[in-house]
Amino acid sequence: MKLKTLIVLMIMLLMSYVPAMAQGDPDVINPEDTTVAEVITPAPATNLSASDTPNDHGHSIDLSWDLSVDDGAGMNNVIGYMVYRATSMDGPFESRSGLLLKTTDYIDAGAINEYENGYMPDHTDYYYKIRALTADTAVYSDSEIFGPIQSYGQWFNWERLAVLLMVAGFLFLTVFFINKAKKGADLFVRRLAGIEAVDEAIGRATEMGKPILYVLGLGTAADIATIASYTILGRVAKKVAEYQTGLIVPCYDPIVMTVAQETVKTAYLDAGRPDAYNEDMVYFVTNQQFAYVAGVNGVMLRERPATNLYMGKFYAESLILAETGTVAGSIQISGTDEISQIPFFVVACDYALIGEELYAASAYLGKEPLLLGSLKAQDYAKAGVIFLAIIGFLSLMFGYDGITDFFHVR
Amino acid sequence: MARSKSISIIILLVVIALFILSWVIKATTFESDPDRISLWFSVRDAFFITMAAFLTLAIFSFLYKDNPYYKFAEHLFVGISAAYWMCVGFWSTLVGNLVPNISETLSTFFKVPYKGFHFTYFVPLILGIILLMRLSSKHGWISRWALAWIVGTTAGLNLIRYLRTDFISQVSNTFVPLLVDWKGVGPFFSDFSLSSTGQFAMTLSNWVIFIGVFCGLIYFFFSKEHKGIFGTASRVGIWVLMITFGASFGYTVMGRVSLLVGRLTYLFKDWLGLIS
Repeated sequence: MKLKTLIVLMIMLLMSYVPAMAQGDPDVINPEDTTVAEVITPAPATNLSASDTPNDHGHSIDLSWDLSVDDGAGMNNVIGYMVYRATSMDGPFESRSGLLLKTTDYIDAGAINEYENGYMPDHTDYYYKIRALTADTAVYSDSEIFGPIQSYGQWFNWERLAVLLMVAGFLFLTVFFINKAKKGADLFVRRLAGIEAVDEAIGRATEMGKPILYVLGLGTAADIATIASYTILGRVAKKVAEYQTGLIVPCYDPIVMTVAQETVKTAYLDAGRPDAYNEDMVYFVTNQQFAYVAGVNGVMLRERPATNLYMGKFYAESLILAETGTVAGSIQISGTDEISQIPFFVVACDYALIGEELYAASAYLGKEPLLLGSLKAQDYAKAGVIFLAIIGFLSLMFGYDGITDFFHVR
Repeated sequence: MARSKSISIIILLVVIALFILSWVIKATTFESDPDRISLWFSVRDAFFITMAAFLTLAIFSFLYKDNPYYKFAEHLFVGISAAYWMCVGFWSTLVGNLVPNISETLSTFFKVPYKGFHFTYFVPLILGIILLMRLSSKHGWISRWALAWIVGTTAGLNLIRYLRTDFISQVSNTFVPLLVDWKGVGPFFSDFSLSSTGQFAMTLSNWVIFIGVFCGLIYFFFSKEHKGIFGTASRVGIWVLMITFGASFGYTVMGRVSLLVGRLTYLFKDWLGLIS
């Protein structure tokens, strides 16, 4: 019985195998019937070269190559290129770019810090190859491997030579004029209506017995406009201390608040009224733009300051502040270097210091050699710009663009 | 006085009643929404939408005059934002930046990936501690060192940045040819076109840049009294500035109008449901 069953099973197995052979089962390869799809490998990219990226901080390699002859011509089957990199000639190579279309150069820039993803150490041997890709991901051709090449940082960025020369020139002018001012030279600064109005406004507040509101804006402690504003605040605080008027300085930034407190404190000390200084004059409101505006608006309407001074960096809140100040009936003087906000101050304030007038104001009020000297240096720098502009126009008219290129700084 | 107080109380009661009514109606409309899985979510969402609408109206009430509703919204806004930014400062600056670079134990404690010990991060840490010395009346003067460091360093760095991005960029962008594609007077008139990319428009544009920059710089020249030809150039400069400011004003006002439209859309669509 067992033998019969075994024979039947063997016959069935044999019968099931024969038709499969006849039908060409995919698992069974018949060399005569098999047709292999024609694979057309494109020509590789040629002339691959690599060099350290010049004028940078390192961690970057510049690559260039010639297009494959099958890219846009020949078999025309190259759809793009990918850059591959390895730390040894034998690999393993890893891709360093996305698909690059009709491209013959690429900057392989990695992360600078060791703990970041994609960190690319300097002074390490790198090997590159360019892969020319076709629509079939399995069909591609690699260029010859280029390497080794190392990345490293440069001490000097020659593309910024113009910046160095400008800084050196400006520093020379500043030191020269500061020394001149220190020696007692009378450095003339023209009258600035907005700044002359500050004393008048402080006097008005004293007569009315109302406080002065000083807003330093939304800038950080290091913004040039905020730094200029500290000087003006110092001057205002000194006058306020002398006249015994109230002063309110709501701040947006905690560091600005700290510096402002020091400025006001020093001003009270200079005025001989340290006892009148109250730390709560300068206080922090919030670090959120419109919440800060809401808070300052509230102060304007409840304290009704006689004078509002807006000096520093302002953004979208400028018009809201200036409008509320107008509603509250305060005399308003503003100054900012934020070009898009100056129009609002011009229309809503009694006096507006436009851009650089804010920096000049601090020198004008302070009359200190340091500030006057730097203001003079700025004036001469402007004269230099006018001179350079004329030279630039003339050179372009005569078809020479070397000067223009020199000042195009990346 | 008593009458005024009574009126204030009546207004307050009306506002509270309107708030509750709006809340209930909103919750009822949400209840029929198949996306809301429970009554709790409907009630909660309706509360926040109604609250946001009432706070918006409270801020708008400032247009009439300062009032208790505006004060409430203002104090709420200021308080919440101050607390929020303090938390953001702690979690993004201290925990996000400082901790992963100085201590593995603290990184594990705060569940942030440790990036290795970096000595340089002790500089801001020490400066921060020095800044906090202000809280001590005896040692408060030490905080001035940190302030001097912050202001001095960043001002120095900004000097270079401003010179590069503002000053030198201004210089290089001013270098434009005063005669664009000049081939002589004959071709200029024979090919004359008012197209914005035409020779005439480009030449005119470059002349405006030249005169604008030249006169604008003269306006900002503080070492000389603005009289005579210098004064004339300065006046042209201020005209150029004012025309620019006018254009900027109009552009920004349009931006503000779009903000107002956004707020009104919230009120009429999300809250009242009058706009589909």
